[in-house]
Amino acid sequence: MRAPAFARVVEREMRVFRRLWRGTAFSGLVTPLLYLGAMGFGLGGLVDERTGDVDGLSYLVFVTPGLLAASAMQTAANNSLWPVMAGTKWIRSYHAMVASPLSPGDVYGGFVVWNSMRTSLYSGSFLVVAAALGGVTSFWAVVALPFAVLTGAAFAAPLGAFAASRDTDQSFPLIVRLGIMPLFLFSGTFFPLDLLPGWLATLAVISPLWHGAELCRAATTGSLALGPAAVHVAVLAAVIAVAWRFGTRSFTRKLTP
Amino acid sequence: MTDLPHDALVSGRGLTKTFGSRVAVDGIDFDVRRGEAFGFLGPNGAGKTSTMRMIGAVSPVSSGTLRVLGMDPAVDGSKIRSRLGVVPQEDNLDTELTVWDNLLIYGRYFDLPRPLIRERAEELLEFVQLSDRRDDRVDPLSGGMKRRLAIARALVNQPDLILLDEPTTGLDPQARHLVWDRLYRLKREGVTFVLTTHYMDEAEQLCDRLVIMDRARIVAEGSPRDLIARHSTREVVEVRFATHDQQVAALDDLKGLTDRVEVLADRVLLYAADGDGVASRAGDLDPAPSSVLVRRSTLEDVFLILTGRTLED
Repeated sequence: MRAPAFARVVEREMRVFRRLWRGTAFSGLVTPLLYLGAMGFGLGGLVDERTGDVDGLSYLVFVTPGLLAASAMQTAANNSLWPVMAGTKWIRSYHAMVASPLSPGDVYGGFVVWNSMRTSLYSGSFLVVAAALGGVTSFWAVVALPFAVLTGAAFAAPLGAFAASRDTDQSFPLIVRLGIMPLFLFSGTFFPLDLLPGWLATLAVISPLWHGAELCRAATTGSLALGPAAVHVAVLAAVIAVAWRFGTRSFTRKLTP
Repeated sequence: MTDLPHDALVSGRGLTKTFGSRVAVDGIDFDVRRGEAFGFLGPNGAGKTSTMRMIGAVSPVSSGTLRVLGMDPAVDGSKIRSRLGVVPQEDNLDTELTVWDNLLIYGRYFDLPRPLIRERAEELLEFVQLSDRRDDRVDPLSGGMKRRLAIARALVNQPDLILLDEPTTGLDPQARHLVWDRLYRLKREGVTFVLTTHYMDEAEQLCDRLVIMDRARIVAEGSPRDLIARHSTREVVEVRFATHDQQVAALDDLKGLTDRVEVLADRVLLYAADGDGVASRAGDLDPAPSSVLVRRSTLEDVFLILTGRTLED
């Protein structure tokens, strides 16, 4: 069987990663571990002392899956805006790809798949460290990894699609500050949604990150229930499916006008 | 599509490209035959790059017909691209990779097996004289080296047709000659080229046959020698004056010296079969020119005569 065409795009990204992994590994892995230290242990100590638990979990156990999902989103966001603009405009590596037999759809597919591979690398490492530190209480945590990857893809797919439709990176900082950052904080990652005012809680439910965090938490705490899990997975899959249509279109328009 | 020649690697009929209401290529007809170096000569914005991108199957045809290697780019784009070598105007070498990895990864885009790519990459780096830079990053390379690497990269799939968009724009004369030298060698091996350029000397040096494009249309077609013989005179006398006022004052007299006169901002061109005769008469005018020079006609003259403008405009 022949490998799909997008694998050749992934191969390029892997080769670049082999040279430059140190820089990106810091934001992808070290940053979430710093959060885990500060939140899980520092803040967590305080929380546990005052309240006893969060939804019946120690704060470290509560926040670990939240951070897992949130960093999958962060990794996706970091690698889907400016790096896509590099491909279409600055380095123009995507233009070199579509001059070969590869199609814009292959380039987009390779982009999403590579993002997912990178997420699984960082999320997997994070899970192992968090488990060693006591943030994981169930062997079901192994399925938290695909859930985290799915969460990352639910951001990489639409953000990459959007980035390829832009001529400049002007809007990117705004997306990070007004989109990614609030989601990072208010999607049931650091505290349960029911602490939010009603309307904000409703808003957070729309966030793919909330669905991702819920899935990861159910997995790392061993409380997976088929019904809710299926809904969360379906939401994330739907986001990716819709984004895929836009992504194929925006890559095609940008690369083969 | 009844009149396409059999030996044509590329054929366009009424080929048109529009971007919204802007017409970039306006119904052009042309054929590129196997083994020839075919050029699109014209100033910036004439529609050369848009044409090239349609041939490269990375830009859909708006109307008209295009066949590349016997196939329709709208149907068999991927198949066509697998047999093309493209050297784009805007370098898109991978600055995140080394020289060597640029060739390796580009070869992988064509799904070539790695051992085969390595073998070819060695030869190609040798060919473009970059073997000693194989482990360097692309960024610190000079403009000429980057262009040569782009040429090597375009050859990694052993293409049937090579597309070069402005291959020496932005290069200094020495780097330019090095690029030309490599292209001559490919030409001698019988490779088919399509190239665009706005340098008339490049078109004269490299092209067996060319079309002159202006404002989205083809205005003339032929070999460089044909085009000059058909549209220009054998020789041209360039007359310059110390001041623009003197040039204006002398204009009527200059027009009396020969049938065809083109007036530019800084000089007047007199087209004549007998350049020396016209030159000596121009030298006797009052006000006297500051310089009078006789030279052979070039494609630049053909373009000027056909469009009233210079290529660099």
